[in-house]
Amino acid sequence: MRISTFFYTMKQGLVNIWKNKMFSLASIATMTACIFLFGLFYSIVTNFRSMVQEVESGVAVTVFFEKGITEQRIEEIGQLIGERVEVSRYEFVSADKAWEDYKDIYFEGNEEAAASFAGDNPLANSASYSIYMNDVSMQGTLVSYLKSIDGIREVKQSELVANTLTDFNSLIGYISAGIILILLGVAVFLISNTITVGISVRREEIGIMKLIGATDYFVRAPFVVEGIVIGLVGAAIPLGILYVLYEKIVEYIEYKFHFISNMIKFLSVEEVFHTLVPVALILGVGIGFLGSRITIRKHLKV
Amino acid sequence: MIKLEHVSKAYSAGIPALNDVSLNIEEGEFVFIVGDSGSGKSTLIKLLLKELEPTDGTITINGRKLNRIKRRQIPKFRRNIGVVFQDFRLLKDRNIYDNVAFAQKVIGESNRSIKKNVPMMLSLVGLAAKYRSYPRQLSGGEQQRVAIARALINKPKILLADEPTGNLDSNNAWEIMKLMEEINDNGTTVVVVTHNMEIVKAMNKRVIKMQKGMIVEDSEDSYSDTKESTGGYQDED
Repeated sequence: MRISTFFYTMKQGLVNIWKNKMFSLASIATMTACIFLFGLFYSIVTNFRSMVQEVESGVAVTVFFEKGITEQRIEEIGQLIGERVEVSRYEFVSADKAWEDYKDIYFEGNEEAAASFAGDNPLANSASYSIYMNDVSMQGTLVSYLKSIDGIREVKQSELVANTLTDFNSLIGYISAGIILILLGVAVFLISNTITVGISVRREEIGIMKLIGATDYFVRAPFVVEGIVIGLVGAAIPLGILYVLYEKIVEYIEYKFHFISNMIKFLSVEEVFHTLVPVALILGVGIGFLGSRITIRKHLKV
Repeated sequence: MIKLEHVSKAYSAGIPALNDVSLNIEEGEFVFIVGDSGSGKSTLIKLLLKELEPTDGTITINGRKLNRIKRRQIPKFRRNIGVVFQDFRLLKDRNIYDNVAFAQKVIGESNRSIKKNVPMMLSLVGLAAKYRSYPRQLSGGEQQRVAIARALINKPKILLADEPTGNLDSNNAWEIMKLMEEINDNGTTVVVVTHNMEIVKAMNKRVIKMQKGMIVEDSEDSYSDTKESTGGYQDED
C-alpha cells in the first residue's frame, strides 16, 4: 500500500465523520458515556479491591498446639505452614507473649490484679502461630490442611469475615462485568448504526469506486477508520473528565469525611489511571473497529 | 479483445436476459450495440464488467477468461476497462479535478503522478480551464466529458459507454461521439450502447443489434461490403 493511499484512507475516514456530524456526535456521546461509566466502575472496583486486600492481609488463622508438644515439633509445623502457597506470612506467638498481650489489653489500669498471676501463666497452653493469607477465599483449604497436622489442637479462623469479603468481591466483579458488557453492546450497536448511515450516504461513490477498480481495502478502510476514530475520541473524552473528577472527589471525601479517610486509603489518580488509560483506549478502539467491521460485512458487499 | 462464446444470463424468474450470445470484438474496434429496452444491452455491459456472472458460456477479455478471475482479482481486472454512464455518475461534492483524480487515487497512484495526469486528461476533453468547477456548474455535455476523462485517466484498453448521449442535446451528443472517436483513434477499444440511431448511422462503425437477449444483426458480417457501398450501418427502417 502506498503512503498516499494510507493518508487518503485516513482523510476519507475523517471526512465521513464530518459528513455525518450528527450521527458521529451521537456515537461519540454514547461511547463517552460507556467509557465514562466503565472508568467510574473501574475506579470504584480498584479502590474497593485495594481496600479488601488491605483487610485481607489483616485476617489471620490461628493454630494452637497440643499439650506437651516439643519445640522441635512446633518448628516443624511452622515449616509446613510456610511451604503452603495460600500463606503470605506466619508469626509464632509464645505463651509468654500471649499473656503479655492479654495483660496489655484486659488489665490496663489494673496491673495489681495481673500481678497476682505472677509466675503462673494462665495462658501456658496458648502458644500459637498467627497465619496471614494471600487470598482469604483459600482459607477453607488451609484450615482443613492445618487440622490434619499432628500436634495441632485447635484452629481458629474468622470464617464470617473471609466469606463476606470473598462474596462481596465476587459480587462486585459480576455486577461490573454485567454492566460493562451491556454498555459495550450498546456502543457497538450505535457505532454500527453510524457506519450504516455513512455507507448509505456514500453508496453512489462506493459504486463508482468499484467500477473504477478500487480494492476491498480502499472501499472499506475509511469506514473502519471512522469507527476507530469515534471509539478513540469517545474513550479519550471520558478519561480526561474522570482524571479531573477523581482527584476532586477523593479530595472532597478526605476533606469532608475525616472518619472515612482514617479507615480507608484511596488509590492515587496515577495508580488508577496507570491501567485505566490503556484499557479504556483499547476498549474504545476495539469497539469502534468491531462496530465498523460488523456493519461493513453486513452492508458493504464489495 | 472481447469474446463471448454462447453466453446466456437468466435472472431468477424465467426469461433469459441474454440467450446464447456469441460475439468477437477486436482490439481497437469501435462498436455500437443497439436495441430496444429489455433487449439485454445493459446485462451485456454488466457481464463485461463482471458485475454479473453468466449462467452459461464463456467471456474472455484481454485474453483472460472472466470465470477464472477470483473475487479479489476483480478490481485489477476492472482497471483495464473504463466506463461511462448516461447519468454521468460524478461525485457532486467534489470539483472536476477531484472527480478525475479520484480514479487515480482509487488505484493507488502517487500524488505526483496525479498532479501531472489530471490536467493532461482535462485538456484532452477540453475542460482544462474548468478544473475548479463543480458538476452542477457544468452543462450535461461537459459533465459527460468529465466522466470520460475519469474513465480514461487510468489508460484502460477498453471503454464501455452505456447510453453516453442519452441525457444530451444533439450538439453535445455529437461532440461526445467525436471525442469517443478520437479516443478510439488513439488505440482504445470503444463499445457504445445507444438508442441514438442518427448517430449510429452517421458514425459508420460496426453495429450489433440486440433483441430479446439475442444478437439479431451484426454489421461486421457485411461490414466491408456495407462500408464500401453505403458508408456504414443501415437501419432497417
